Amino acid sequence: MSTRLATGGRLIDRNKPLGFSFNGKRMTGYAGDTLASALLANGQMLVGRSFKYHRPRGIVARGAEEPNALANFGESAAFEPNQRMTTTPLTEGAVIASQNHWPSLEFDIGAINARMARFLPAGFYYKTFNWPRGFWKHIYEPFIRRSAGLGKAPKERDEDRYEHLYAFCDVLVIGGGIAGLVAAKAAGDSGQRVILIEQTGSWGGRAAVDGGQIDGIEVMQWIKETLQELEKNKNITIRPNTMGAGIYDHGYTLAYEQTHDLNAPRHRLWRIRAAKIITATGAIERPLSFANNDLPGVMLASAVRDYLADCGVSAGDRTVIVTNNDDAYRTAVALKEGGLEVPAILDARPDPLGQLVEKARDLGIRVEAGRGVASVTGKGRVQGVDVCLHAGEGAVLETIPCEAVAMSGGWSPVVHLWSHCRGKLIWDEEQAHFRPDPSRPPINHDGQGFVITAGSASGALQTNDVLADAHRAASGAGTPPVSDAISEGPIMPVWVMPQGAGIEKRAKMFLDYQNDVKVSDVQLAAQEGYESVEHAKRYTTLGMATDQGKLSNINGLAVLSDALHQPIPDTGTTTFRPPYTPISMASIAGDARGELFQPLRRTPLHDWHEDNGAHWEPVGQWRRPYAFVRTGESVDQAVAREVTATRTSLGLLDASTLGKIIVKGPDAGKFLDMMYTNMMSNLAVGKCRYGLMCSENGFLIDDGVVARMSEDTWLCHTTTGGADHIHGHMEEWLQTEWWDWKVYTANVTEQWAQIGIVGPNARKVLEKIGGIDVSAETLPFMTWAEGKLGGIPVRAFRISFSGELSYEIAVAANQGRALWDMLHAAGDEHGATSYGTEALHIMRAEKGFIMIGDETDGTVIPQDLGLDWAISKKKDDYLGKRAQARSHMTDRNRWKLVGLETLDGSVLPDGAYAVADGENANGQRKTQGRVTSTYQSPTLGRGIAMGLVSNGPDRMGDVLNFPDTDGKPHEARIVSPVFYDPDGEKQNV
Amino acid sequence: MSEPVSALNGASFGGYCDVTEIGLRGMVTLRGDLSAAAFKKVIEAETGLTVPGQRKIVHGKVVSLAWMSPDELLLLVSYRDAAATAARLADSLNHQHAMAVDVSDARASFRIEGSACREVLAKLAPVDLYPEAFGHGDIRRTRLAQVAGAIWMPDEASFEVVCFRSVARYVFDLLSEAARHGGQVGYPVET
Amino acid sequence: MLLITCPNCGVAAEETELHAGGEAHITRFGPEASENDFEDYLFRRENPRGVHFERWRHANGCGKWFHAARCTATLEVFGTYSAQTTEPPREILETIRAKRPAWTWRDLK
Repeated sequence: MSTRLATGGRLIDRNKPLGFSFNGKRMTGYAGDTLASALLANGQMLVGRSFKYHRPRGIVARGAEEPNALANFGESAAFEPNQRMTTTPLTEGAVIASQNHWPSLEFDIGAINARMARFLPAGFYYKTFNWPRGFWKHIYEPFIRRSAGLGKAPKERDEDRYEHLYAFCDVLVIGGGIAGLVAAKAAGDSGQRVILIEQTGSWGGRAAVDGGQIDGIEVMQWIKETLQELEKNKNITIRPNTMGAGIYDHGYTLAYEQTHDLNAPRHRLWRIRAAKIITATGAIERPLSFANNDLPGVMLASAVRDYLADCGVSAGDRTVIVTNNDDAYRTAVALKEGGLEVPAILDARPDPLGQLVEKARDLGIRVEAGRGVASVTGKGRVQGVDVCLHAGEGAVLETIPCEAVAMSGGWSPVVHLWSHCRGKLIWDEEQAHFRPDPSRPPINHDGQGFVITAGSASGALQTNDVLADAHRAASGAGTPPVSDAISEGPIMPVWVMPQGAGIEKRAKMFLDYQNDVKVSDVQLAAQEGYESVEHAKRYTTLGMATDQGKLSNINGLAVLSDALHQPIPDTGTTTFRPPYTPISMASIAGDARGELFQPLRRTPLHDWHEDNGAHWEPVGQWRRPYAFVRTGESVDQAVAREVTATRTSLGLLDASTLGKIIVKGPDAGKFLDMMYTNMMSNLAVGKCRYGLMCSENGFLIDDGVVARMSEDTWLCHTTTGGADHIHGHMEEWLQTEWWDWKVYTANVTEQWAQIGIVGPNARKVLEKIGGIDVSAETLPFMTWAEGKLGGIPVRAFRISFSGELSYEIAVAANQGRALWDMLHAAGDEHGATSYGTEALHIMRAEKGFIMIGDETDGTVIPQDLGLDWAISKKKDDYLGKRAQARSHMTDRNRWKLVGLETLDGSVLPDGAYAVADGENANGQRKTQGRVTSTYQSPTLGRGIAMGLVSNGPDRMGDVLNFPDTDGKPHEARIVSPVFYDPDGEKQNV
Repeated sequence: MSEPVSALNGASFGGYCDVTEIGLRGMVTLRGDLSAAAFKKVIEAETGLTVPGQRKIVHGKVVSLAWMSPDELLLLVSYRDAAATAARLADSLNHQHAMAVDVSDARASFRIEGSACREVLAKLAPVDLYPEAFGHGDIRRTRLAQVAGAIWMPDEASFEVVCFRSVARYVFDLLSEAARHGGQVGYPVET
Repeated sequence: MLLITCPNCGVAAEETELHAGGEAHITRFGPEASENDFEDYLFRRENPRGVHFERWRHANGCGKWFHAARCTATLEVFGTYSAQTTEPPREILETIRAKRPAWTWRDLK
């Protein structure tokens, strides 16, 4: 059983015990532990069940590559599933629960899948659940969904905060091992601005565990001194607990910082733009594929060594080492020197000779050359290994009892970050791994490589090579540091152990622990024709789990290559995609949650609306009152009241959101004649004109009233959503097509609060406040004037979107509220009623006025809407003119605007289609029109609607059927779209 | 006559940096040929300042003048003077193709004060705010999280931020959240 | 995420400050245009795997449009230049010729 030793553990603080619980059981660890080391210290080797077969699984690794040890971590608002125990620091009171089992970790019903393993081969889902067809929806999918997924979803709102940070540097160094330290120092010494990040909380990487000397001093001391020098350099920013998550185009990098500080944002996503990126990301040890290599207690040799050195934790009293290289001997030596037993080193190589081998032999450790593991034995955890000849078929030579197996299949450089942005790899035959090809790096905006690897990430596995490579990567001055590391003997590639293992064994050799992919599955995929590595990956799910195959990729594609009888480089690798390890969704959102989820635009009158029962409607990012609901009133009742009050006396509207763009210059008139379908250059100063804007496709994109301010200046009103868009549209044409025209524009939308004063008593209330002459004679319909109202400077526009006598008063935004209050006070005697967007829409629909976005949808031209009167016949050109002459645009059967009146006075369903006889090519009922706006009119006491109907204006009086989504018919007659005051007598008084 | 009220009426927040809405502030957008002697002459006569170069802002005793784009300047004056200044400039520029518009009410302004002010902005804007890349005299139009804004440093230990009035609350909340105690990063270096 | 230098304000802007505006150097055809010319103008676009000329706007910045010469495959940016021109400037064409001898785009090469 794993346990905590009485001494040792360079990272833990034995004076700071921390209590925690695992599946409800109380345990104790120390500050400096990870969840994994703390569990091992408490003898908890079983930490979860595998995804598919529910096999018992233990901790395999020490860091980010861990495939098994995922936990539900924390409680209530701080709950998070799928936390990797090997990278999560232990905290006081931590609540940890294992995943993917029922009813308990020790006794799990799903484990029956393991006995069914031969019925669940690669591609099982594809093969099995395709038939019978009807079973998918009701039987297979619910079953698969229930058994899918590992952790539980959080139920409560996450109360932590998260943020982004934009950072810029000349050199970003990713990885704080000795390679990263050397590279950061060299880059910093040359005066460059450097950021150095390390995913764990400690520095020095593997060297800190493996010891030795650098430049004549103990490595730990060297790491400490180097860090101090880096900290002294003002140009170097150093961040531990920050993982290089992804490298993207043009030097953009995401780094994921976990602050482990309750007062700080929990995660911080660094958005770094670096001219050069040095990835000193190290290497990951590969497992060996032998039968039952997934039993709890089988661990990577380096992890066994790390837990011992870092945390004073032993994986077991007796550990058998299985290896194909010299590095694993370090584990044997460390265990032996720590007072633990190493019954044997099983070395697949026939003739291991290196200095480390000699050292192990000198310590009295039994070294068995040419041997391998036939099978690991034990129920639920390691109890022994069956030893065999590696070159044979697995006949058992002896059984060695033990509690742990430390395996090493060699080391693979962490090439993920190099590969994210298309850095290429080459196969290194000698070291049996893929490593970055320095001649084919990721390319930046200048066409230069911008990622350089350093140390083991380059494939330099010996300490002196690591130091020299890192020094070179940072173009360091002088000579690189030198270590006293001894040289190692060559590795012998081992992909399946023993070489001649039969199917019984291969079906128990796990490649991908998290997704339960075995050697036999990959071989089956090859046999069934999945020859591309990308296809085999998806068919078997190899490398598709949350660990993204950090341990399984190379072993998997070596097995695939063998099955396809081709060299490994011909098989190639799958694509490496960010993030390197999963990052929290919350860190991606950053501050964009709650109130800051998206910008909410407020008018100067927003607070008044809020205080007066506004039922809000989002219009783009604006919030506009849909209606002002009074106590005891429904929203519909409020809307009806607002319409009636406005039609009969006085309504007030916050129209501040309407876009306002100034267009000025000697060529402004000519320019507006191109922008609008009608003529704007001949508009007289002081006058207003309704205008339509089209795209070059001919489609109507915006409308609004244009006022001529002076000889060379016009003010263009746009729709609420259109201000920025239309301003951009104007600037685009001015900057990219007619750049020689003398025109300046300015978007002054927010400079002005704009208030609609609408209804038969509109003039009376303005005259009562006084200051500007708003009489019919001085300010007739479609004119504007400047002046003061109650002492406040204003512009008064005599325009109407309701059909009533109406003024729109523009006032500087900072005085908008003052004018609004003044209007309410003065209008009180007329029952001044604020109205919202729905009343606005109803009143315009009663008048047959179109609304951009209701009557238009990006495929509608002004001619469809009966707006020919607003299209100049005199002009040679305007945007959209040519397109409107295309044959489809002039087709007499186009859907055109009409009014629709239900036969029974009811309200037509919004968006409903008018059906026609027959079916189209897809067997669907033919249609001949659709409803674009539909309301209950309080003024007329019946439903009114507008719609687009094929050749509609020529079919007045026809009755169409608009079935609802439930098929219920709604019959409506085609009528004029102007339902109210067709002669405009009310607005023109 | 009523008193004008700025978007947030001078709201403030105390964190590891202090965030304050500056309140009423006069702003005039100027468009014209920035290289033309006639244009420069009018601007310099009105402001007493030299027309700033690309992405620069110059400060006088009362007014400041900022480069916004190759054909646009922003003149910062007192709120009371804005309308008259705009009218006066429009008049002086009458004989050339140019534009002067009062936009004082369209904007909200904030001040961020504290030795770590650079990092508060670095949390929101994709801009290199390292001292060698950005300092007093520079102005940058950029993005503050999800909205447009302009930033400059009136001195070495504070920033001023301008955004549209409608998103004043959003920007104030963003800045406050970024400046909250406990969130100090230590990058870019303190000033 | 792309990094493109706006020639109008000199900022090396990240993509989130920019707005892509499609293909550059398109000649407008108006009311008198033939059906074919008008179709080409509105709908026909280059779709190269390699050198391309594009329009961009520094939307969250100085607000101005500009042109960029960029490789759609490697994302290398050969240069950015004024929007007030109907063809790429000579220096940029020279840069592209030096780096991509075999390139073509419309009738440029």
